[in-house]
Amino acid sequence: MLTTQERSAIEEEREHYPTARAACVEALKVVQRTRGWISDEALRDVADLLKMTLDELDGVATFYNLIYRRPVGRRVMLLCDSVSCWIMGCDGLKEHLKMRLGADLGQTSADGRFTVLPAACLGACDHAPALMLDETLYGDVTPQEVDRILQEGS
Amino acid sequence: MARVVIDGKSYEVDGRRNLLHACLSLKLDLPYFCWHPAMGSVGACRQCAVKQFKDDRDTAGRLVMACMTPAADGTRISIDDPEAKAFRASVIEWLMLNHPHDCPVCDEGGECHLQDMTVMTGHVVRRNRFPKRTYHNQDLGPFLTHEMNRCIQCYRCVRFYRDYAGGRDFDVFGAHDQVYFGRAEDGVLESEFSGNLVEVCPTGVFTDKTLARHYTRKWDLQWAPSICAHCGLGCNTSVAERGGMLRRVMNRVNPEVNGHFLCDRGRFGYERAQRVTEDPEKEKRTPEDSEKKGLSESSGSSGVKRFSEFSGSLCGLLIGIGSPRASMESNFALQTLVGKDHFYSGLSDLDASLVSLILDILRNGPARAASLQDVENADAVFILGEDVTNTAPRLALSLRQSVRQKALERIGKGGIPLWHDAAVREAMQDEHGPLFIATPYATRLDDVATAVWRAAPDDLARLGLAVAHEIDAEAPAVSGFRMPMNSMADALRDARRPIVVCGTSCGSVPLIQAAANVAWALRRQGRAADLCFTVPECNTMGAALLGGGRLGAAFEAEADTVIILENDLYGRAGAAQVDGFLGRVKHVVVLDHLRTRTTSKAHLVLPAATFAESSGTTVNNEGRAQRFFQVLPSREPVMASWRWISEMLVAAGRTGWASLDEVLAAMGDARIRAAAPPAAGQRIPRRPPRYSGRTAMAAHVSVHEAPPPPDPDSPLAFSMEGFSPEAPPPLTPFFWWPGWNSIQAAHKFADGPSGVRLIEPGQRGAFFREVPAPFTPRRGEWWVVPVHHIFGTEEQSAMAPAIVKRSVEPTLALRPEDASDLGVSTGGAVQCMLDERTYRFRVQLRPELPVGVAGLSLMGATKGVGLPCWMALRRA
Amino acid sequence: MERPLTKNLRSDAPDLAETERVGGYQAARKALREMRPADVIDLVKRSGLRGRGGAGFPTGAKWSFVPMGSDVPHPKYLIANADEMEPGSFKDRLLLEGDPHQLIEGMIVSAYAIEANVGYIFLRWEYRVAAQRLALALRQAYERGYLGRYIMGSGFSFDLHLHVSAGRYMCGEETGLLNSLEGKRAVPRSKPPFPQSSGLWGKPTVVQNVETLCNVPHIVNHGADWFRTLSLSEEGGTKIFGVSGKVRRPGAWELPLGTPCRRILEEHAGGMKDGVRLRAVLPGGASTAFLAEDQLDVKMDFDSVARAGSRLGTGTMIALDDRTCPVGMLANLERFFARESCGWCTPCREGLPWVQRILDSMEEGRGQPGDIETLQRHGRFLGMGLTFCALAPGAVEPLRSALTLFRDDFERHLREKRCPWR
Ligand SMILES: Cc1cc2nc3c(=O)[nH]c(=O)nc-3n(C[C@H](O)[C@H](O)[C@H](O)COP(=O)(O)O)c2cc1C
Ligand code: SF4
Ligand code: SF4
Ligand code: SF4
Ligand code: FES
Ligand code: FES
Repeated sequence: MLTTQERSAIEEEREHYPTARAACVEALKVVQRTRGWISDEALRDVADLLKMTLDELDGVATFYNLIYRRPVGRRVMLLCDSVSCWIMGCDGLKEHLKMRLGADLGQTSADGRFTVLPAACLGACDHAPALMLDETLYGDVTPQEVDRILQEGS
Repeated sequence: MARVVIDGKSYEVDGRRNLLHACLSLKLDLPYFCWHPAMGSVGACRQCAVKQFKDDRDTAGRLVMACMTPAADGTRISIDDPEAKAFRASVIEWLMLNHPHDCPVCDEGGECHLQDMTVMTGHVVRRNRFPKRTYHNQDLGPFLTHEMNRCIQCYRCVRFYRDYAGGRDFDVFGAHDQVYFGRAEDGVLESEFSGNLVEVCPTGVFTDKTLARHYTRKWDLQWAPSICAHCGLGCNTSVAERGGMLRRVMNRVNPEVNGHFLCDRGRFGYERAQRVTEDPEKEKRTPEDSEKKGLSESSGSSGVKRFSEFSGSLCGLLIGIGSPRASMESNFALQTLVGKDHFYSGLSDLDASLVSLILDILRNGPARAASLQDVENADAVFILGEDVTNTAPRLALSLRQSVRQKALERIGKGGIPLWHDAAVREAMQDEHGPLFIATPYATRLDDVATAVWRAAPDDLARLGLAVAHEIDAEAPAVSGFRMPMNSMADALRDARRPIVVCGTSCGSVPLIQAAANVAWALRRQGRAADLCFTVPECNTMGAALLGGGRLGAAFEAEADTVIILENDLYGRAGAAQVDGFLGRVKHVVVLDHLRTRTTSKAHLVLPAATFAESSGTTVNNEGRAQRFFQVLPSREPVMASWRWISEMLVAAGRTGWASLDEVLAAMGDARIRAAAPPAAGQRIPRRPPRYSGRTAMAAHVSVHEAPPPPDPDSPLAFSMEGFSPEAPPPLTPFFWWPGWNSIQAAHKFADGPSGVRLIEPGQRGAFFREVPAPFTPRRGEWWVVPVHHIFGTEEQSAMAPAIVKRSVEPTLALRPEDASDLGVSTGGAVQCMLDERTYRFRVQLRPELPVGVAGLSLMGATKGVGLPCWMALRRA
Repeated sequence: MERPLTKNLRSDAPDLAETERVGGYQAARKALREMRPADVIDLVKRSGLRGRGGAGFPTGAKWSFVPMGSDVPHPKYLIANADEMEPGSFKDRLLLEGDPHQLIEGMIVSAYAIEANVGYIFLRWEYRVAAQRLALALRQAYERGYLGRYIMGSGFSFDLHLHVSAGRYMCGEETGLLNSLEGKRAVPRSKPPFPQSSGLWGKPTVVQNVETLCNVPHIVNHGADWFRTLSLSEEGGTKIFGVSGKVRRPGAWELPLGTPCRRILEEHAGGMKDGVRLRAVLPGGASTAFLAEDQLDVKMDFDSVARAGSRLGTGTMIALDDRTCPVGMLANLERFFARESCGWCTPCREGLPWVQRILDSMEEGRGQPGDIETLQRHGRFLGMGLTFCALAPGAVEPLRSALTLFRDDFERHLREKRCPWR
């Protein structure tokens, strides 16, 4: 069941488009904002609300990499692995994160606190390597900086 | 017409086509995947690359996708260009990177477009050394097997299922090199056209699950051109057998009828259309009940002997009851045997009056009987009363295309070529119509309707009449009628090729008259309006053309012997009436291949051949005579009904017929004869050139290869000698061409229509003037209309195992208000007395039903109830 | 040197009052009150403005394909492409975060020119700060009557919505963007028909890069001739150039179009960091061909860079230094493109992962004879026109050039069965 807040947030998004379907990505993000990810049940609820079939909505949901169809940790880290960040050492950050969290890219740390996902260029190439923790962007990240971010983020 | 130069040679081609289509039409080999003749181009697979040159001085050229390039006048291309060839081989190589290469265990093997194209491009060596991706497969229900690892991501399946057929429970998931085609979760595919994925998918992702139970490679099957026996539309099929077992049904292209697609009833309803030998319990032709009446013999010539013993010698009255599911030839044979005056057409009395009304309307004109192709091209449609998806399924698919016509016209004017499906769909978005649906209950086409209206059949007729009046004031007015669907008359009048769809399923004479009035009114306004009437069975129209007395009259006749042709009378009239009749008649002889309540009351049951075991002609709803051909070699004692009757004639000292041609000659209708050309020159082989095991198959019986069974009834042979691709369309047993082993070979064949239209309209039609009174609900009683089910209503397919799995339990549909008045809810039961019998029905709630109307599933026992009728219902 | 685009940029974004004080919305007022739509199109045409999203298509010409008049399909749409996801590009983010009203004003004027009544800003999700500032700016603009019905007392109405996406580079491709906005998978559409005639929901639509749109108010305010003088070449205006990689001062600067590449690298980015030497640059983001060290005197404008064998692209360069393995860099680039392929057409969907795997295996010392040829074949067969959209052709631009420029490095990987940089 969608909460009243979710429902009204989706309906607000719906206002911006001539068709219900057009609001589907926004709607999924509304649900994801509160629940972290999109469960099958949530998918069905959103589909019903927008008069889409489960198949139609999942076809869209599984296309976009920022819609999570599997559970994620309490906080999601997007680690840029695009070219400028690679030149500036994002692989090192990846290794460091793996060591610290015991989880590879795409996995969730055992304590369920962090999921680290690879991300396309975050538009902060002049401060490469860059990463985002939830909605905050961090630039010029070093392994030490990673430790600090993880600390803050927990 | 356009001139194009291909590899230095100049050709005339249809300039409205794309280059790929043009090349294929010229029978040139050019590989492709995502293009489909009925679905157009989207440019996804990139397999059809050719080199295009600006002019004759341009030697460099550039690669283009043939399917995305118009065959414009003056176009110069090369298929053989080395770079084009290298690119095409590269496309196959990419597709093969992840392909499992499991041809030996793949049901597509030997009829696989991917195999064919791989061979055609010459890609033979695997260079990729990296692991392949794998997917999870889904259980999609009783019709289709799903094996995603074989997918080459051509997107044809989603395009067919969603864009073409309107299904919404199937899609594409994921992105990049992880795209998945299937359902969001396992489950039965809802579309009534899902089976077409078997042919649409160029690989072994979607294969026929019914075939898998008795699998045989395409090249090892013996094929015959056939006509679907499972509704009145007469879709063209290819049916296949091996070792005396019917194995599968595939589509056979008839551009004016089914085109490239069948419905699932037609494709999967075949499995009981033959003598069932594996399971003696289910042996349909054992006349066990008749033994009770002291007749044990019924097979072969002894059956005829028994028949002549008691009927040949008797001086009493012999009558015959024909059948709308038997061939023209068998009906005619019976008519000949018993004489015109003693022949009854075998339709229920209601159907007989409805169909003869339809026939009159179509003969009188001026509106023509529309073919499915006409329907597809209609630019406005008005459906009166029919739940098309369930009464004439393939028609629903044509109607789904018709709703695009108006928009297509606009888009075509804007310069987008209509084969350019990707562009067309984007420009079209959700624009559709006009399609108006007026029916007693919701239909599966409502999602594309401009407007829907639910009412009792009489009120639907009033709507139709009122629309006709609005279009043409000459047509009778309907006083006091308030038009529920605005601007409907305008929309129909604005169309150039409007079509009115109606039929027999509501059992309403005024409704059919109303449909005629609308079409005629449009004709009077100068529109090329056509009529599309659905009829219930594969030869209903033929039976009506042949004529014959009413069943009610047969029941009154003082007959001593009755011969009943492929007909269960309990589905045509009330049980008490039929019981009385069959009890009264001294000798009841039934020719059938189904075990029915009627066969159980027979004194003698003669095993008749099914459509797969015999050849003959049926006439579809449009009045098109089409021939079906035997695929299963004859096996004692099964014979075509007309042959049984011929033997009776001979036994009675009259002349019979030795072949189908002789029956046709006796019928004396040159057009019916011309439905398929007669034998000319070498016989057409039913077996593909690579048919194997010819001698080994029966080696356990004899090591000598038996001569092919004779086939006096067709120009086809039970053999592999000869070359079938040159056969004319009505005689083409299967699609195969060197290098083209899959169904995609269809384009190598003549693409002309087949069948002969028997009814052409005159200019005599005069408006029907009678206007029915508004429907008035009754207290405690409901006007119960029949609810048709694609899976279950039609008796010849109803017992096929896959169809059984999809059939629903019969229910009585009620408005929720009515149900609660009766004190029942969904799943509860109601009962009513009919014909002195008490019936019990499970209740289903359908809020859209009009006040005072209920719907009853038309299956099995409810067929003889005489729907539509008033029923007093109470809680059971 | 004038810097019209960035002169009002502030790290905390100027608010509306401040924007108005420095001349914000003057162009909108002028256009809507004093000019006809055709005048605006004509002005933009004369200015020589070319699209800043990568392809460099002349903006005025694009607008002139939009059907005009009262009997054309409506509503027409104007879309700001703020999906910036091309690796190495970070210029639009600066404009979005630093001066959202500039974009809004640019959209009002542009929408007026093509008589579009509805607009969307298609923003990638990761630009959180930009999203907040845009939402605020939109609210302010509506409150002040710059958006909505009958803007500034004119007869022109324009509704502007912010759409925040959910990932995928393909959303930046203009037709993929349209599908995405319609709530579908961001698979591209075929062209023709072009969006200008059949776009969002089948209606005439113009998609324009953020930076392109931000130029429009200044052209209206100061004229086409002024705009042309901003540049050092034939093409009008300034450009936001960026540099990332191992340079001393990575960053972005608004400079005249036609500024020589080397000057940007050396004067603005401060040259390479200590201890590393420049080998080549990707001049305009990940999907442009490498320019070798000796080509760096090229003027950074569309035509000049094209003549040098590459593309101006987004104008944000990535420097490859001698301590970085070019094969590794390419493996990284192709991993991005393979992952971002939409999966619609065969060469890209299947070819790019193959390319990526070969490059990865070379890096791991498991390259095999024939690999270079396979890569070359992909360079050829994923070219423009052979795939459905421009993603794959973009993906193989750096590949193709690298196979020529760094051929020795590729061969060393095969010969030594290891990556010499590891
Ligand atoms: C794969 C791909 C991604 C693209 N991404 C963007 C993008 O993020 N932003 C952008 O403005 N243009 C992008 N483009 C270019 C757009 O398709 C389009 O040309 C541009 O938005 C037009 O605007 P302009 O004429 O103002 O440059 C991309 C193109 C391709 C092929
Ligand atoms: S399942 Fe078949 S039809 Fe569908 S994309 Fe795959 S290969 Fe094509
Ligand atoms: S529509 Fe009718 S004739 Fe056609 S395949 Fe289905 S049942 Fe057979
Ligand atoms: S090139 Fe093909 S697969 Fe790649 S993104 Fe474009 S359409 Fe999709
Ligand atoms: S490459 Fe990492 S932020 Fe641009
Ligand atoms: S058939 Fe032409 S691209 Fe697929």
